[in-house]
Amino acid sequence: MIRAAAAAVALCALAAAPLWIPGGYYLNILSQILIYAIFALGLNLLVGYAGLVSLGHAGLFGVACYAVAWLVAAGAGQLVAALGALAVLLATTAAFAVLSLRSAGIGFLMITLAIGQILWGMAYRWIDLTGGDNGINLAARPQPFGISLAFATPFYYFTLIVFLVALASVAVFIASPLGASLKGTRDQPRRMSALGYNVWLIRFLAFLFSGLWSGVAGLLFCYYNQFVSPNVLSLGSSAEALLMVISGGSGTLLGPIAGAALVVVMKNVASAYIERWNFLLGAIFVAIVLFMPEGLVPGSARLGRRLWLRLRGVPAAGGAR
Amino acid sequence: MARKFGRRSFLAGTAAAAMPWAPAVAGAQGVRLGLLTVKTGPLAQGGLQMEQGLSVFLKQKGSMLAGRPVELIVADTGGNPAGAKTKAQELVERDKVDFIVGPLAAFELLAISAYIEQAQVPLLSLAAADDMTQRKPNSYFVRASATSSQCDHPLGDYAAKEMNLKRVATISEDFAFGYEQAGGFQRVFEGEGGRIVKKLWPPLNTADFTPFLAQIADVDGVWNGFAGANPIKFNQQYAGLGLKAKYPVLGGWTAYDDALLKSFGDDAMGAISAAWYSSDLDTASNRRFVADMVKQYGNVPGGYAAGTFINGMCIEAALEKTGGKTDDRATLIAALRGVSLTDTPRGTFHFDRFGNVVGNVFIRRLERKDGRLVNTIVKTYPNVSQFWTFDEKKYLAQPVYSRDYPPLRS
Repeated sequence: MIRAAAAAVALCALAAAPLWIPGGYYLNILSQILIYAIFALGLNLLVGYAGLVSLGHAGLFGVACYAVAWLVAAGAGQLVAALGALAVLLATTAAFAVLSLRSAGIGFLMITLAIGQILWGMAYRWIDLTGGDNGINLAARPQPFGISLAFATPFYYFTLIVFLVALASVAVFIASPLGASLKGTRDQPRRMSALGYNVWLIRFLAFLFSGLWSGVAGLLFCYYNQFVSPNVLSLGSSAEALLMVISGGSGTLLGPIAGAALVVVMKNVASAYIERWNFLLGAIFVAIVLFMPEGLVPGSARLGRRLWLRLRGVPAAGGAR
Repeated sequence: MARKFGRRSFLAGTAAAAMPWAPAVAGAQGVRLGLLTVKTGPLAQGGLQMEQGLSVFLKQKGSMLAGRPVELIVADTGGNPAGAKTKAQELVERDKVDFIVGPLAAFELLAISAYIEQAQVPLLSLAAADDMTQRKPNSYFVRASATSSQCDHPLGDYAAKEMNLKRVATISEDFAFGYEQAGGFQRVFEGEGGRIVKKLWPPLNTADFTPFLAQIADVDGVWNGFAGANPIKFNQQYAGLGLKAKYPVLGGWTAYDDALLKSFGDDAMGAISAAWYSSDLDTASNRRFVADMVKQYGNVPGGYAAGTFINGMCIEAALEKTGGKTDDRATLIAALRGVSLTDTPRGTFHFDRFGNVVGNVFIRRLERKDGRLVNTIVKTYPNVSQFWTFDEKKYLAQPVYSRDYPPLRS
């Protein structure tokens, strides 16, 4: 009941954002938060629900970015370019998944890191295709149904719709039997295997789904910046996305969104006021690890619950120790 | 609401307490200058100097340009393209700036180029990407420093004609700035009868250049295009391997920038470099600029500080032409591109039709004078254009300099 009300309030606040947020600049920041939230939602499917920590997801984000910029530059229409980019993305993701799912744990981390670096290296060195570190410009944002996305407000609504679709699809996926079996492969892969589940296939499907949303975020990012360069695929970008997931709370639906908001706000808004903003961001991460090791969203829920119980005079569970 | 506390901006006008997102009129006759610089990460050293140069300029002018108070707003891009884009939007849409000085790196500049054209805000950057004023020009862009290859064209000429070098190896970081510098040097040097025998490209974050330096043999000289803190490491290792005694070394402006002089040891002595700015230049404005930089920041200025200082002079000259008005952006950019100055820290210069500078390039020799290192000017090439002596049309018909262009002759 309370949850449904909170969700409705949040949705209204997001839908009315152009009314209560002053000026295009802050609305653009909000669009960026949503883009990174989609990226983090996708990554969280692997990190949180499949227990597979990927350090190469910026590669998938970047492949979609490059594909759409390249196709538009080559003269394709926006719709064709977007669909083409998604096709390229899914093919890359499938290859990425086949290679990296040969292992789990640290091995998986290392393989994804390596593949991410290969994709970065290609962007950097395959100059004929990617323009090297000069990157590729995207001439214009798309115009779905004739609506220009050139300005902050329409682009924000476009991003918001994609974000809501991503959020809903991830929520449905997690609640589905496939989602439940994915969590099973995370916690008890051998038992799942013994029960007759195809652990590899379940993980593969989750990887595809995760790659899809990471790539969609990449597409939006390319539309937003109208520019792509190898920096997008760097290890730093992969690590940043992972930090969003972990700091917000991996394996929760809302955690990655909170993490994305935290990082984007620190990077873009706080940096205008505080010169050593990356020091502050580091300190916040340390504080999260110390006080809410499970992440911002589940951590604050736990602290909030404890505070609520204390206010009502009920000793917190286990508090009597 | 007006959370401007702690922000590194100084305000010389009166109406200061405006909300950050209030329209431009809230600035009450003030000219708003945005500086896109890098204060965090590996590029921060150059970014800091950019801020120092512009601050010295505004201090000399008492923060008044063409009779209007000036407000400086500094934004840190973090040295990456997406950060540059967001910060450019912040300066344009929230702070309503009239001019943007910066950004530092070519990839940052390329990321915001389309946006700047759309927002119609005059942009004065030190970033050197050749194509910004060649094959992909931007009508709101002005570059008073140089393209990547602009100083290396005359250096190629000097190496062939005055140093009589015949065979040269090049070494530079493996990215566009390195390619464009090396390409410019190669083209002119080979045009004058020299020959590039080897091109080496260590990756950007190489810690040890020894494996690359070991490949240098049977040459008359070595050209390098390093930037940032790499020149110090390169010159140490180059001298340490005994190559310095055998092959004289040449470099671009970032490789022997004057701001690095305090960090170089005897390793770099004798190096010949080409730069569009030299603290050694004897003009009234440069003497005063160098003295102020030394007094306020304790260091001789290099290209990054001089670049923003000169950008400040260009902005002042443009404002004087428009009578301090900034509303009509087309008039403003036309005034800016029409600027032609004589007494500046780099001497006389004007702009070509792409907004790129035509001015002096100094050939310098690194020497020790009165116990400290200086880059002594040994020759001045006046009125150097980004196209050198080549025909503009033919130049633009060729591809931009890259890793393999011009190719090595076998």
